[in-house]
Amino acid sequence: MAHWLSQPLSWTTAAVFLASAVAMLLVVLLFVTYAIYFERKVIGWIQLRRGPNRVGPYGLLQSVADVLKLLVKEDVIPDRADRTLFILAPVIAFVPAFAVLAVLPFTETLHFADLGVGLLYYVAVSGITTLGILLGGWASNNKYALLGGMRSVAQMISYEIPLVISVIGVVLLAGSLNLKEIVAAQSGGFWNWFFLKQILGFAVFVVAALAELNRTPFDLPEAESELVAGYHVEYSGFRFAFFMLAEYVYVFAMSALATVLFLGGWHPPIESLGFVPGLVWFALKFAFCVFFLFWLRATMPRVRVDQLMTFAWKVLLPLALLNLFLTALVKELVA
Amino acid sequence: MAVRTEELLLNVGPQHPSTHGVFRLVVKLDGEIITDAQPVIGYLHRGTEKLAEDLTYTQIIPYTDRMDYLSAMTNNYVLCHAVETMMGIEVPERAEYLRVIVMELNRIASHLLWFGTYLLDLGAMSPFLYAMEEREKILDLFNELCGARITFNYMRVGGVKWDAPDGWIDKVRDFIPYMREQLDGYHKLVTGNEIFLRRLKGVGKYDAQTAIAYGLSGVNLRCTGVRRDVRKDEPYSIYDRFEFDVPVATEGDCYARYLLRMEEIRQSLRILEQAVAQFPKEGAVMAKVPRVIRPPAGETYVRIEAPRGELGCYIHSKGKDKPYRLKFRRPSFHNLQILPKLLIGENMANLVAILGGIDIVLGEVDC
Repeated sequence: MAHWLSQPLSWTTAAVFLASAVAMLLVVLLFVTYAIYFERKVIGWIQLRRGPNRVGPYGLLQSVADVLKLLVKEDVIPDRADRTLFILAPVIAFVPAFAVLAVLPFTETLHFADLGVGLLYYVAVSGITTLGILLGGWASNNKYALLGGMRSVAQMISYEIPLVISVIGVVLLAGSLNLKEIVAAQSGGFWNWFFLKQILGFAVFVVAALAELNRTPFDLPEAESELVAGYHVEYSGFRFAFFMLAEYVYVFAMSALATVLFLGGWHPPIESLGFVPGLVWFALKFAFCVFFLFWLRATMPRVRVDQLMTFAWKVLLPLALLNLFLTALVKELVA
Repeated sequence: MAVRTEELLLNVGPQHPSTHGVFRLVVKLDGEIITDAQPVIGYLHRGTEKLAEDLTYTQIIPYTDRMDYLSAMTNNYVLCHAVETMMGIEVPERAEYLRVIVMELNRIASHLLWFGTYLLDLGAMSPFLYAMEEREKILDLFNELCGARITFNYMRVGGVKWDAPDGWIDKVRDFIPYMREQLDGYHKLVTGNEIFLRRLKGVGKYDAQTAIAYGLSGVNLRCTGVRRDVRKDEPYSIYDRFEFDVPVATEGDCYARYLLRMEEIRQSLRILEQAVAQFPKEGAVMAKVPRVIRPPAGETYVRIEAPRGELGCYIHSKGKDKPYRLKFRRPSFHNLQILPKLLIGENMANLVAILGGIDIVLGEVDC
C-alpha cells in the first residue's frame, strides 16, 4: 500500500485505491456483522445463556438475518418529523465513521492514507457523528428521542476533550501526529508500548473512549430503562441500521486506535516473536480491545447523567492535564 | 432575542420498560429535572374485591394469586388465615410448616426478581439473568409441590392442598447453602460497584415520620429505622418458633432499601433452615373443615408480612358461604403513594432508581 501511495496518480493507482477501499469496506462490514454476533455470544456466556444459535451453524448467520430483516422493513418516517433532517441524520452519523478508517495503519505497509496529522484527523472527523445523533434526536420530533439526543451531545462533547488531551501525551513521546510514526516509536518489546509509559493517559483514554462510543457504563443516550431507546427511537428499517452500523464501525475504529496509540500496533510483545506477521499481532490486540468493551457491557450498571458530566470535567479533565504536564516534564528532564 | 424555555410533559408508560407493568407516570420536566409527577394507576384493575362477593371462600383463593403475582403464596395465606381466624380452625402442624416454607421461598423468589429487575433498570444486564437462574430453582420446587410456577392456588382454608412429595424437603435443604453462596456472589458483583453506589446513596431519601405518615410498610418503612415486621411483632402461623432478625437501616435511601432486601433473603434462608430441620415426619396437611365454609357473622382483619410490606385482609361475613365484603390492604398500593413526593426536584435519571426502589407490583396496586 505504501508503495502505491507514493506513486503519482494514474488510472492504475486510482483503480488500486478503489479496489482496496471496497476491500476495506467489506472487511469492516464483515467485522460489524461478526462483532455483533461475538458480542451477543460473549454476553450470552457471561450471563449463563447460549447466545444466538439458531440461524446457520452456531448461529453464525444471525446478524445476516437481522440485517436482511432491517433491509426489507417498511421505511417509516413519522408525520410530524422534519423530513429532510430525519433522512439526513443517519448519513451524517455514519459517513465519518467510515472516513476515520482511512488513517488507521494496520501494519507497516497496510494503510490507506499516510497523513501527517492522522490523529488530529481522526478526532476531528469522528466529532461530526455527534451532529448526526443530535439531528436524529431533534428531527424525530419525539420527546424521548430529543432527551436522548441532548444527552448524547453533552456527553460526546464533554468526553472528547479529555480524550484528546490524553492522547497528546502519546504525541509528545512519539514526537508526531502521524499514526505510523507513533507505532514506530513503540518498537522493541512491550515495555516500550505507550500504555506503560502513559499509564495515566491510557486510563483516561479508555474511560473517555467508552463515553465517546456511548457504550456501557456510559450508554446514556440510549438508556433503555429510562429513555426507551434514546435518539433512534423513531428510526426503523435501514435508517436504524445506519445508526447501528456507525456505532459498531466506531467500535472497530476506536479499538484500532487504542491498539495503535497504546498497545504498540503491529509490534510483537517481545522481539523474538517477530516471525509472526504484524497483522496477526494487530488483530490480537484489536480483538482484546473489542472483547474488553463487551465484557464491560455485561458487568457494569449505567452512570447517571449529571454524574457523567461532573466526572468528565472534574475528574477526567484534570487527570488528563496532569498526565500531559508530567509527560512534558519527564520528557524535558530526560531528553 | 430572548430564549424561551418550556416545560416538557412526558408520559412515562403505560408501556415503558422500567415501570414493570402497566403503570403510567405523567412527569413534567424542566431540562432533566422533574417538576411534577402524577402517577396514573388502574390499568390492571380487575375488581377482585367486588368479584369476591359472588364467590365462595375457596373460589377466591386463585384470585389472590393474581394480586401480587410475584408472591402468590403470601396472598393465599392471608385469605386462608382470615377465614381460619373467623372460624377458629386449628391448622395441622405439618401444614403450618409447609406454609412457612413456601412463603419464605416465595419471599426469596420475589426479592430475587426485584434485585434482577432493579439492576436492569440501573443499566446492568447480567445480575438479572443470574437472579432469574436462582429464582428458576425456587419455581421448580413450587412446580413439583403444587404443579404451578407463578399462580399456585396452593393453600386452602384449614391447611394446604398438596403434601410435600418424597424428597422435596431435602431439595429445599440443599437449596439453602446454594442460595447463600449465590448471594455472596451478588454482593461481590454489585454491592461494591462505585457506579452503583453513586446512583443509590442518598437517592429517594425520606425519614421515619414521613414513612409512617404515608403508611409505608415492609422494607420501605424499615429503611428509616423503624423496626416493624409483623412476623415478629404479631407472630402469625408458627413464626414465633423461629429465630431470625429484622434488619433495619437508618439512611432511608435507595441503597438502604437494596441492602435490606438482600439481607432479608439471608434471614428467610435462616427461617427455612430451621423450618426444614423441625419439619414433622408425618401428619395431616388439612384440618377437619366443613364441606361448605361459612364463617360466623362478624368482621375480622388480619395482617401478615408480605415481601412488599404489610398485607392485610378484611372480611365482613353475614354468615353465608360468600363474603359480604372483602378488602385487601395491598402494600404496593400504599407504598406507591409516596412516589410523587420523592420524585419532585429529582433528576430524570433517578426516576427509575426511585420507582424501582419502592418495589411495586402492578397486579397488587390495581387489584
